[in-house]
Amino acid sequence: MSWFYDTIRTSIGKKLLMALTGLCFCLFLIIHLIGNLTLYGGQELFESYVKHLHALGPLIRVAETGLLTLAIIHVSTGCFLVWQNWMARPVRYQVNKNAGGRTIGSWTMPYTGFIILIFVAIHLSNFHFIDHDRQTVFQAMTATFTFLPYVIFYTLAVVVVAVHVSHGFWSLFQTLGANHPKYMPAIRGLGILFSLLVAAGFGFIPAFVGFIMN
Amino acid sequence: MTAKTINLTLKVWRQGRGEPIGRLETCRAENISKDMSFLEMIDVVNEQLTKDHQEPIAFDHDCREGICGMCGAVVNGRPHGHERETTLCQLHMRHFSDGDTIVIEPWRARAFPVIKDLVVDRSALDQIIQAGGYISVNTGGAPDANSLPIPKDTADAAFVPAACIGCGACVAACPNASAMLFVGAKVSQLSLLPQGRPEAAKRVSSMVRKMDELGFGNCSNETECEAECPKGISIIQIARMNREFFKARFS
Repeated sequence: MSWFYDTIRTSIGKKLLMALTGLCFCLFLIIHLIGNLTLYGGQELFESYVKHLHALGPLIRVAETGLLTLAIIHVSTGCFLVWQNWMARPVRYQVNKNAGGRTIGSWTMPYTGFIILIFVAIHLSNFHFIDHDRQTVFQAMTATFTFLPYVIFYTLAVVVVAVHVSHGFWSLFQTLGANHPKYMPAIRGLGILFSLLVAAGFGFIPAFVGFIMN
Repeated sequence: MTAKTINLTLKVWRQGRGEPIGRLETCRAENISKDMSFLEMIDVVNEQLTKDHQEPIAFDHDCREGICGMCGAVVNGRPHGHERETTLCQLHMRHFSDGDTIVIEPWRARAFPVIKDLVVDRSALDQIIQAGGYISVNTGGAPDANSLPIPKDTADAAFVPAACIGCGACVAACPNASAMLFVGAKVSQLSLLPQGRPEAAKRVSSMVRKMDELGFGNCSNETECEAECPKGISIIQIARMNREFFKARFS
């Protein structure tokens, strides 16, 4: 397996790790969003979704372990890359100007990534690591989304996720070598569309729960 | 009619040989013809500095027609200045206005240590080429023309990355000081042609390994490199290098 280790420790190898784990998180976001869309169908539909999801039992444990592993790889590789990139330019420029290549998504990747990590920790402690015998996920959610500071935090965090994805999505295709003049504009467009869908799909949940459901 | 000459204030990075760090020093550039190139402007300033018994500004240059890759400095935060697809020698003073202040800095990367003032040591790029940016051919009689058929569109596709002059602007422009566009261009150029195929796998592996060893940063697809490349080389070449790398490593 030394060839494998040799490959992933190169700069392209680390890029590949970020791209593949990032791709998995994009797929996870889609699944998570589809699940959460049941909320817009009312309490009954959402609770039925939660019940069916939890009925998967061991499969859920496997998925959770998988996601945790992906997160560890994505975060640790990301931290290592940020450190290496910082070290690669010991004396910074006195004047910095962009030529138009960078986007808000691309230059904020490490910062949005850090915010997402904190958000995920809080998000899990609110909805996942709760006593499911004493309250349902729906009850926990309605309780949380009546607390205004958290609603603001949640909405902003979702926007941060969308900004992260706006660069990450097309970037992973570039890393995997899928850059072709015919398809790249479509991939870039799809990335923007996907991040807008994520922002809108998740972002309106607190408002929907807070104002329409109650 | 607009004036044919302009007066400028330059803030130039001055760093003596062996000095670990330099500083921005201010000097005047008077009566600069708008038809001059940026390098000719520095020549004029250096004449004046010499007359004033001061050390002239050290800068790299050679062909002064945009094909050698020798010149280059970061002008107001932009490698080779703000004009698209030009080298510093092709940047003309007509793109500046009277009274402008211009900040001139050397390429900044750990792999490109400053030798003096604006001159940096870019031999790291040569070392990457030495690691595999060539084809091995046993010498012999010259082959017949067209004995190795190469379709015109393939030759054209290979020529796009082959336009790389190795100036290092991609490294200077990259927020991470990564050399991926340079290596991508060199790998692509050879991998597209039949002469380059036999050593393609070995080439991409050793060039990437050398690039990492030399302390360049990692690519995060910021795409600043392609925006600053004086030859307009696109990150499509980086994607091709990635494909070549995966092919080489996972087969």
